[in-house]
Order: sequence, then C-alpha cells, then structure tokens
Amino acid sequence: MNANALALNLPPLLDARGVCKSFRKPDGDELVVLDNVNLTLRPGEIVGLLGRSGSGKSTLLRLIAGLDDPTSGVVDYQGTPVAGPAHGISMVFQSFALFPWLTVLQNVQLGLEALRLPEAEIRKRSLQAIDLIGLDGFESAYPRELSGGMRQRVGFARALVVHPNILLMDEPFSALDVLTAETLRNDFLDLWGEGQLPIRSVLLVTHNIEEAVQMCDRLLIFSTNPGRVVSEIPIDLPQPRSPLDPRFRALVERVYVEMTARPRGEHRAGAKSERFAGTGIGTSLIHVSSNLLQGLIEAVSEPPYNGKADLPAIAQALQLEADELFPAADALQMLRFAEVEGGDIRLTEAGLAFTRSETDERKHLFARHLLTYVPLAAHIRRVLDERSSHTAPKSRFFDELEDYMAEEAAERTLRTIISWGRYAEAFAYDDQRQIFSLENPA
Amino acid sequence: MSQASGKLDRMRLEQPISVLKTRYVPGRWDVIAFILVFGLFAYLGATAHALTGSLAHLEAQPVSLDPRYLPGYAAQTALRMLVAMVASLLFTFTYATLAAKSRRAASVLVPLLDILQSVPILGFSITIVFFLSLTPGRVAGAELAAIFLVFTSQAWNMAFSFYHSLRSIPDELDEAARAFQLGPWMRFWRLEVPFAMPALIWNMMMSMSGGWFFVVAAEAISVGHTTVTLPGVGSYIALAIQERSLAAIGWAIAAMFVVILIYDQLLFRPLTASADWFRLEQEAGLMPSRSWALTMMRRSRLLGFGQSLFGSAIQLGFNRGAAPKPTPPRAAASAARGRLVDVAWYSAVAAIVALGAWRIGRLVMEHIPLAEVGHVFGLGFLTLLRVVVLIALASVIWVPIGVHIGMRPRLARTVQPIAQFLAAFPVNLLFPIVVSGIVVLKLNPNIWLSPLMILGTQWYILFNVIVGASSLSADLRYVGENLGVRGWLWWRRIALPAVFPFYVTGAITASGGSWNASIVAEVANWGSKHLTAAGLGEYIADATSAGDFPRTVLGIAVMSLFVVVLNRLVWRPLYERAERKFRVS
Repeated sequence: MNANALALNLPPLLDARGVCKSFRKPDGDELVVLDNVNLTLRPGEIVGLLGRSGSGKSTLLRLIAGLDDPTSGVVDYQGTPVAGPAHGISMVFQSFALFPWLTVLQNVQLGLEALRLPEAEIRKRSLQAIDLIGLDGFESAYPRELSGGMRQRVGFARALVVHPNILLMDEPFSALDVLTAETLRNDFLDLWGEGQLPIRSVLLVTHNIEEAVQMCDRLLIFSTNPGRVVSEIPIDLPQPRSPLDPRFRALVERVYVEMTARPRGEHRAGAKSERFAGTGIGTSLIHVSSNLLQGLIEAVSEPPYNGKADLPAIAQALQLEADELFPAADALQMLRFAEVEGGDIRLTEAGLAFTRSETDERKHLFARHLLTYVPLAAHIRRVLDERSSHTAPKSRFFDELEDYMAEEAAERTLRTIISWGRYAEAFAYDDQRQIFSLENPA
Repeated sequence: MSQASGKLDRMRLEQPISVLKTRYVPGRWDVIAFILVFGLFAYLGATAHALTGSLAHLEAQPVSLDPRYLPGYAAQTALRMLVAMVASLLFTFTYATLAAKSRRAASVLVPLLDILQSVPILGFSITIVFFLSLTPGRVAGAELAAIFLVFTSQAWNMAFSFYHSLRSIPDELDEAARAFQLGPWMRFWRLEVPFAMPALIWNMMMSMSGGWFFVVAAEAISVGHTTVTLPGVGSYIALAIQERSLAAIGWAIAAMFVVILIYDQLLFRPLTASADWFRLEQEAGLMPSRSWALTMMRRSRLLGFGQSLFGSAIQLGFNRGAAPKPTPPRAAASAARGRLVDVAWYSAVAAIVALGAWRIGRLVMEHIPLAEVGHVFGLGFLTLLRVVVLIALASVIWVPIGVHIGMRPRLARTVQPIAQFLAAFPVNLLFPIVVSGIVVLKLNPNIWLSPLMILGTQWYILFNVIVGASSLSADLRYVGENLGVRGWLWWRRIALPAVFPFYVTGAITASGGSWNASIVAEVANWGSKHLTAAGLGEYIADATSAGDFPRTVLGIAVMSLFVVVLNRLVWRPLYERAERKFRVS
C-alpha cells in the first residue's frame, strides 16, 4: 500500500529500542515481562500488537504512554525519550475508562482543560470531536445512560480531541458485542481512510486476529513469558478489506501459523511437543474450564474435521475468540490430547479415545493424563499422598509457585489446577478452609 | 466411603486413603480453639456469677483505682458489650423481618426506627429507673439498664440494614425460593440471612464501634437520686476523674486498648473476612480481608462441631416445619376484607399516636414555660453550629489525607485498619486528659470542649475516604495521567467526585455520632471543677443528672428533631445525589 511506502521515507514518530520491563517478586527475584522489544511507528500507519494474554502487550502500551518506566531500553517519541505522560500520545481503553460523574461533553473536555486552553476553544473543539465521532445529541448524557458502543465512542472522542500524534488502543473493541464492534471498527477505518482523524498513526493491541488483519498495515507478534517480538507481518491489502477475500483468509491463516509456531530452540531431539518453556511445576496455567476442553475435543473429532482442524476455521465455527481458543488448545496439548502446530490442531490417540468414552472413563483418562503430564498436579497429588493427614493448605503450593511467577499468575494457576483436579477427581479442594485433600464429599 | 473417593483408591492402590482415620487427630487450630472456647466459658461463668449478686453487695465493694482490678473490670465491660450485641441481633432478626413481611407493620415500624435512630443514646438513660425497679435490690437491674443503653446504640442501624436487604432481594432469587416452595424458616436461613449478611456485618462493626463509647458511659450514670456504678472501665474512669488521677486514666486507656484489640482480632476481622463469602459478586475496590481467627474457625474441627450443631438446629426447623401446602387460589372476597382490616389498623395507630402526642404535650406544657422551649431550640442551634464547624474542619483535614492514602494501595492496607480501630476506641476515656488541660490552661470551655464531640467520629470520614480513593480503577487513574490532568483540575474532576459518595457515608456517621457525643462533651468534670459549654447536650445532661424528667424529654425531643430534619434536608438528598451521579455504573 502506498501509505506504507510513504511511511518508510519519513522519520519514525516513535522508536522503542531494547525495551525490557521486569517486576520484583516477593522473594526478590526479577520477573521479566518484556524482553528486548524493538518497535518503530511511522506516520500514517496502523501497527497491531498480537499476542496471548500475559505477553506484555498492555505493559508495552503503558510504557509508550509514559505511564510507567522501562527497566532498561528507551522509548523515543519524536526524537526525545519519553519520561512521564507525553503530550501527543493518547489512549483508548478496553474498559472505556469514562468518568461516571462527568457528562459526555465534560469527559471529552477534560484533556483540553488540562491544557489550560481558553474556554471557547475547549467547547468548540470538544463539540467538533463529538460531532466527528457520531455522538451528536448525547453531549449532556452520563456514561451510565449509554450503551457500550456509545461509551467507546466517547472514549475515542476524548482521545482524539487533544489532536494526538499517536493513538494507542488497548483492545478497544473487545468489550463490545460482535456487531457493535464491527460498526465501530468500520466507522473508525472510514474516518482514518478519509484523513478526517487528527492523528498521524495508531498502535493497536488486540487478541482478535481478524480485527488485526482488517485494520493494520503491519502486525507484530508477541511471544509469552517473557514477552518479545517473534515476527512481523506486513499487510498490504487495500482498504476496505473483505474478510471473505482469499488473500485476507491467507493472511489470517499465516498469523495463526506464526502464533502456534514453536519458539526456536525447542525442536531439539526429545523435546517434541514440549512447547512450554520449562514444563516444571512452575508453568503458569491459564484457566480453561473442563467444559470448554471437552467441547473443543469433541468439535475437532467430529466431521468435517475428523480429528484435525484448521484453527481459524474452528475458531469461527465455535465462535471462539483467539484469547479463548489458544489457551484451550494449549491445555489440550499439555495434556497430550492434541498437538498444535502450523495453525492446525490434531487430536492424539488419547484425545480420540477420550471422545469415544463415557463420562466415568473420560474422567479416568483425564486424571491419568493430568497426573502424568502436568507436573503441578502430580506434585500436589504426591504431597497429599505422602502426608498422613492427606491434606495440605493451599498456601503451601501458592508459596512454591510464587518462586516462579507473579502473585496473580500463581493464583490463576492454582485456580486452574483446582478446577482440573476436581473434574478428574484427582484431589479435592475446600475453598472455605483453603485446603487440598483427598476426600471427596459423598 | 463415597463412590468418588473409592475411585481414587483404585487409581493409587499402593497408598490407600484412610480418610476416616485422620478425622480424630486434633490439629494445631484445635488446640487454639479449645483454649479460646473454654477460656470463654470460664470467664462467662465467673462474670455471670456477679450479676445475680445484690446491690448492697456491690456497694460494699466499691470500684478501686488499683490497676490490678482493671483486667477484671475490662472483662465485665466487654461482656456487657457482647450481651448487647446478641440482643441487637435478635432484635434485628425479628423487628426487621416483621417490617419487611407486613405492609401494615412496616407503615409504623419503619418510621419508628427512623426516629429511634435519631434519639440521642444517652437520652435513653432515663429508662434506668425503670430497669432498676424490675429487680429491686439486685445488680441484674442495673446491668440490664447498662446493656439496654448499649443496645440502643447498636440495634437501630442493624435493623435498618437488614430490613433494606430483605426488601432488595433480587427477583430471581425470590422466585427460585418460591418455586422450590421453601417454608418461611428455611427461606430465612437459606436466602434472607445469607443475602443480608455483608451489609449486616458492616453495620454490626459500626455498631460495635459506637457501642464501646456508650458502654463506658453507661457504667457510671446518675439519674436524679438513682446512681448506678457497675464495676467496669467506665466506672473506673469516673472514679479517676473524681480523684484527679491521670495515672489511673492512663491505665484505663491501656486496658481498653487491649480489650478492643482482642475484640478486633476475634470478632471484627473474622466478620469482615467472612462477609466476602456472602457477596453475590465481588465488588471492586474492597480489599480482601484476612483473619487468623477465621482460619482457626474454619480449620478447627472442634468449632466445626459447634457449627454443625447450630446447622442441625436449623435443619431440625426445616424438617419440623410444615410441608409445603398447595397455595390456595386467591379469593376475590379477601380484597374487601383486607381493606376493612386496613381501616381498623390505621385507626388504631392514629389513636395511639394522638394519645402519645397529648401525653408529651401535657408533660412538657405543665412543667416548662413556653419561653424555655424557645431557649432549648436556641441551644440546639448552638450545638448544630458546633457539629457543622467540626465536620467541616474534619473534612478539610481528612479528605486530602484520605485521598493520598487511598491512592497508595500498600499504605491504605496499613492505615485503614488503624483508622477503623481508632473509630472503635471509646474516646470518652480521653476526655479527662483534654479537660484537665483546659482547666490547667484556663481555656474557654465553650470553644475548647467542642473538639471532644468529633474526636471519636472523625475517623469515619478518614476511612470511608480511603476506601473511596482506593476503589478508583487503575484505568481511570491512567486516563488522568495520560491527559495530563493535574493540580486543582485533578481534585475537582477526578479525586473529589471519586470519593464523594464514600465521604457522604462517612460524614453522616460522623455527624450522628457528634450529636450523640455532645451530651458527654458539653459537660465535663475534673475533680471538683465543673466545665460546661452552652448547648443542647449540656441541657440534656444537666436535666438528666437533676432527675428533671420533663426537661430531659424536651431536650431529647428537640435533639431528635434537629437530627431528623438535618438528615432529611441535608444528608439524605446528598446521599441520593451521590448514589445517582457518582457511583461507577
């Protein structure tokens, strides 16, 4: 696309080099969230950041906005390092983040008031932005009176009214229903294409692959733990782009392949399907309900897939967003019920056996795989078996996990293992007493 | 053994699970629970023994300033508190349930509660004479009077909160309960109580905080010729004031500090921590609370046994309760009869109200000249002025501090329990220190006695503001930073609106508490020195100690009127506005 070609000749608006971000864990160790990230943003382009949850995309966005400082590396905005909230970079939030006590107009005016502009100009520019974004007539409404779509329009108007050079968008459409999200996306792209938006470039964080392909000129794919850019995909389809266009489909497929690719260095002998970096008990798990796991296995086993499915296709068929599908596919792979590679998911023998079994047998099979292939589950079971009381407090395992991951991740991982353990009847958990045990209520 | 654990056995045959065997091995928590439970029994037994003694016996053993007796006094004070709390709970469960279930009862009970809530608590001390006459010559009457006084400081807001919860049970839960034909008893324990729990627990905590103040005040009270001196921290303080012993006051403060700390650990913390379990959905901003005592209760099998006893008692109620009957078809004729009952009911209420009005009028008019009634209203405005100025002062000081603390989560986690603790501390224990200062420095009591009114209640403003500021979402804070909102604009557009609803809640509590405290704060003694600040509180205090019944009633009625009008005209509209406009979605 010519915008892309044009962009390459101009100096970058934003240049992030060697950005690292780590947090200190309670035991004093460092937890690396972003590792050596490089990113440039040129005038006239929309760049997408794609990655699974926990890949540090949102952290990167906050570093760029100057809301947080990198541990090392620099973020240059128009040639000078970002230190503190930068004027000229504004942000749209997934949660809309509107002040509930301010009207639509007051919310939009806030950024201009902070600039100490004359009142008449504040009003004029705010009304223009409200007009542009299609909020006419809602000026005096409070956010709670608006639907989700209208709320996010206020979010856009508020970000645009300060005429920023860069618009940062943190999953701006993911809290909206499918139809509303599409309308808002198209409206945004129309305004952007017509040059009506007072911005020069856009950085979009998303987990919706189709959305990324639809909107962006360039995609950066992030890996998890720690977050780093693993590949860059230019998208040179002309706008407007049709999701039914074969070239569009091919790009979506390519993104899926990239996102399911094994990180380099894990193809070594014996490491097959060890996609998880260090599958010790310190593996952070993302919560996927056993219902979703069963549903996915069954869907893949049935026609037309018969045990092997294209991820984009099954995502569409099951109405699953990428941030739901990937963790589920990962979990099945971890349990050796499926293998995920090249944008495909393929059931293993065990996976196929699972689909043929009755409820009790399924649980039995699940338990065996859980205790064999998920080290944390095996560890919990071993501790319970060894103790004479056959009970152990949750805090014991929580403390262990905290050596490997942040508090939040440890909590999530335990919640996941509890849910799987309960389904498998491998161990019981009493949430009131916060105790693991081997007893199951009659 | 269950089928499920049987399956576990098959999986790991080499290590059979002997679940039952472990049942009887006591754990660490059991030991702690054992000591606590039986320690409590021993203490209750010993203290209750004193209750049945005679008043003459009590007089033969006057309160001593020797600090060795202080732990015993503190224990008795704490026991009164506990009994009053249990009574308040019983009252809450019956009164509020009745008000919520019957439209007719509600038409009287709800406004009644509203008025009772605004009556200054020490005004209830005129009931002491009545309680003493119940058990002539026995300590029990005096104990009952003191406990009733504490009860009046606790029960009303608890009942209100329970009533409100009962009225706001979500439709789907109500429909589910009706579809499964739960009987009234089962519905109460399975639906209504659990649903009302979080709000009720919060109000119980508030009540406890207020209660300490009044339990201390209630232990040494004289109404006319009747003087009650019950052994406790309150009477110890009263004696210390008489004898001008700052050392003894120091000891009493230390003892109270320890008692409240124990209550905080054994009751407050477990209560707040357990409130989370009843919440329908997790509310943002509320900090998860942890409590070792709650862990003990949950982990200890001994206490678990107690719990299951309580559970079985309720269960028995379920089983004994009438089996669900098919609902009779609604009869058309009943509407007319219902209207008839309505007429009878409201006529009866009107008759009683008219009688009451006539009695009050006669009592006051016969004894008090009309000019004095006007004067009492004037005193009311004086006290109002004090309350307004003090609340404004406390707000100016604590709101900015609370916002700063609330925006720093780690600091907030440390400060919030401290503020909560300070709110529970009965500041009347500190009064003597302030008063002795006023006497020594010869300050104007009209001004310098005033701060005593807000000494204890200002903390409500602080900790509500802290909660408000810490519940502002991270995203909203980021927006402010991203748009470069700073300085006064930040306070005006972000910080102050964010804490406003929380501030109003705190200020309502603080203002109510200050009116109550005025009766104690506007009159102060230090040895033979008698300090007064002109105001309605002083008027009531003087009338009470003179045994002047009509003037006491007049003073209380005027104060209640001030509080009700203030609530209706200022606080309620403010609160509703805050709820409507400022709450996040």
